Amino acid sequence: MTNEVCTGAQILLKSLVKEGVKEIFGYPGGVILTVYEALYNQKDIKHYLVRHEQAAVHAAEGYARVTGRPGVALVTSGPGACNTVTGIANAYYDGYPIVVFTGQVGLNQIGNDAFQEADVVGITRSCCKHNYLVKDVKDLQRIIKEAFHIATTGKPGPVVVDLPKDILTQKTTFDYPKEVKIAGYNPNYKGHPIQISKALKMLSEAHRPIIISGGGVLTSSAHEELLKVANMLKTPVCHTLMGTGTFPANSELDLGMLGMHGNFWANHAVSHADVIFALGTRFNDRITGCLQRFARDAHVIHVDIDPCSISKNVKADIPIVGDVKNVLEGMISEFEKTNPNIYVEDKNNWLNQIEEWKRNRAVVKSPEGKLSAIDVINKLYEMTKEYDPIVCTEVGQHQMWTAQNFKFNKPRRLVTSGGLGTMGFGFPAAMGACAAYPDKLVLNIAGDGSIQMNIQEMATCADYGFKVINCIIDNGYLGMVRQWQEKLFHEHYSETKISHPDFVKLAEAYGALGIRIEKEEEIEPAIKKAIEAKCPVILDFVTESMEMVYPWVLAGEPLTKVLLSNDC
Amino acid sequence: MTNFHTISILVSNESGVLSRIVDLFSGRGYNIESLTVAPTIDRLFSRVTIVTDGDEAAIEQINKQLNRVVPVIKVADLNIGESVEREIALVKIQVKDEEKSDILRIAEATNSKIIDVTDKTYILQAIGDEKQIQALVEMVRPYSVKEFVRSGKVAISRNSQFSNIKNL
Repeated sequence: MTNEVCTGAQILLKSLVKEGVKEIFGYPGGVILTVYEALYNQKDIKHYLVRHEQAAVHAAEGYARVTGRPGVALVTSGPGACNTVTGIANAYYDGYPIVVFTGQVGLNQIGNDAFQEADVVGITRSCCKHNYLVKDVKDLQRIIKEAFHIATTGKPGPVVVDLPKDILTQKTTFDYPKEVKIAGYNPNYKGHPIQISKALKMLSEAHRPIIISGGGVLTSSAHEELLKVANMLKTPVCHTLMGTGTFPANSELDLGMLGMHGNFWANHAVSHADVIFALGTRFNDRITGCLQRFARDAHVIHVDIDPCSISKNVKADIPIVGDVKNVLEGMISEFEKTNPNIYVEDKNNWLNQIEEWKRNRAVVKSPEGKLSAIDVINKLYEMTKEYDPIVCTEVGQHQMWTAQNFKFNKPRRLVTSGGLGTMGFGFPAAMGACAAYPDKLVLNIAGDGSIQMNIQEMATCADYGFKVINCIIDNGYLGMVRQWQEKLFHEHYSETKISHPDFVKLAEAYGALGIRIEKEEEIEPAIKKAIEAKCPVILDFVTESMEMVYPWVLAGEPLTKVLLSNDC
Repeated sequence: MTNFHTISILVSNESGVLSRIVDLFSGRGYNIESLTVAPTIDRLFSRVTIVTDGDEAAIEQINKQLNRVVPVIKVADLNIGESVEREIALVKIQVKDEEKSDILRIAEATNSKIIDVTDKTYILQAIGDEKQIQALVEMVRPYSVKEFVRSGKVAISRNSQFSNIKNL
């Protein structure tokens, strides 16, 4: 059976099966119909029909984020393909593996401005890891093999495969390649042993060391090694938004999140450190603040599988190109062999210093009359933690409150758009999580603005019984932008007051459960009902409009200039 | 002072690879001073030579970013270590009878060749490094230059270890 003659469309599906793909998200259209015909005639792959192609890609990314396996999206040419661009860029920025298959007009029509033609390879070139236009059906299986290989190795990312209509009907022998050879693509997984020894020495001798754990720790599943290294070196750990869950929040070495809305003590610890051990992070401006004033006394050890991330923003004194897990394993075995002095007293003094900084907490004033978003999110955390939920978010104030107030002890539990900051990401990503783990409790914490960016997916949820609990922090504003306007633009709330439909009626219209919560005593029963529900849910928490996210380091300010309340 | 670097990039000879490189430069705000591209002896590969400017950190990033492009096989900054570089320029000059001997002298002085002659025009060809080409530009400037075309730079390392793929 291995050398069966198949059409391009059949080869596509057979290749997906070979790659272990069981679920795909998509939307049919003219040129891709042959693939949908092939889908109709098979049982190995489950296709989820979304309501907008952007959602298909976000769902695929959500699936990839929670499982670690590549997510797959399938769309038609032209508008279908163009609608995937935001999703592709989002996966590229945060480094998650997805493969997006786009239909294309026939090879002989390309360039002739045919109906629903778009130069997909050109459009997506700068926002994906790699892309292909298939020009010969004989290349198709090799390209699919390469696409999955590139998407899932090195720093993972999106790969786009553009499929001309005629390729999908042409026939060739199906014989899926066993290995991949790409001359220009050989990611380096093993950190240089000499660099690792140097790093270990520097960390052992450091007086004020700190570890920054980024998304790369999650990607390489290095959380256990990280915990071991932190404990053996008695070094505190803070994390970036993408690194949430890579270090247990219940460890006494945990400093929580750093950066623009990070903890006062985490920001101060990084700023006063003498050695920074940065793992799988790009040193994005949201964590460095003013770059010139970032950790001026620190020596930086930077581990990343992507050489481009090293010394791009912050100059590394000891660069280590490699996979975080490998590097940390190397460091642990080196430590066990050499058993270096770690100067426990210095490290204890440093931890004591950080303890003192921990007194500086954001001042939270509960608003009068209306619900506090922070209280709502805390309640959500308290009531759902026993279920070990997957928590997706959209982008804005609610996202930061979630990152600050949910305690994550495991990786792959927070699903949020970090780099690109895509409103409308959370809801479809939550569908991806539901498809991957149908029995898991999946929350999407959203704002009343961002939920409206992909709200059409309520229909998808209803169709497939994706029980996403949408928890809308409904403050009537695009809250994060409003917050900036309040502080930086003289309270001129230009175009940030935003209306929305009656979310309860909307939920009902889609056959979902909708509950509006306006009083404190209504919070608990509503969450309880949502957990017990057997259908998608919208919880509309009507909250105070003027609540702010603190701590807050204004853009361009140094990390130490942390505002803790409105009075700062 | 602007710091020019000549970057030599060995790539798979496939469609779109030049766009990937050029997009990378424009998308990240790097400058392209000149660019040449042609297949190597083995037509499966092409060589792209880009002259760009930037400080050390920028050049390091350019190198790393180029390496991230999948069809890019090898990147070399030819300013590190010794290399030889050449450009070619063609100049079409409208010549009056009394100027013809001047042009011949310029050709000789700049090591250029006259490769085409009509009753009204001469075409000069100069091959050399940037200074030699610039010398020709300056010398022909007083005359009636009708057209001037110039290639980007091609460069080759003198280092025997540059390419590990034979004959490329």
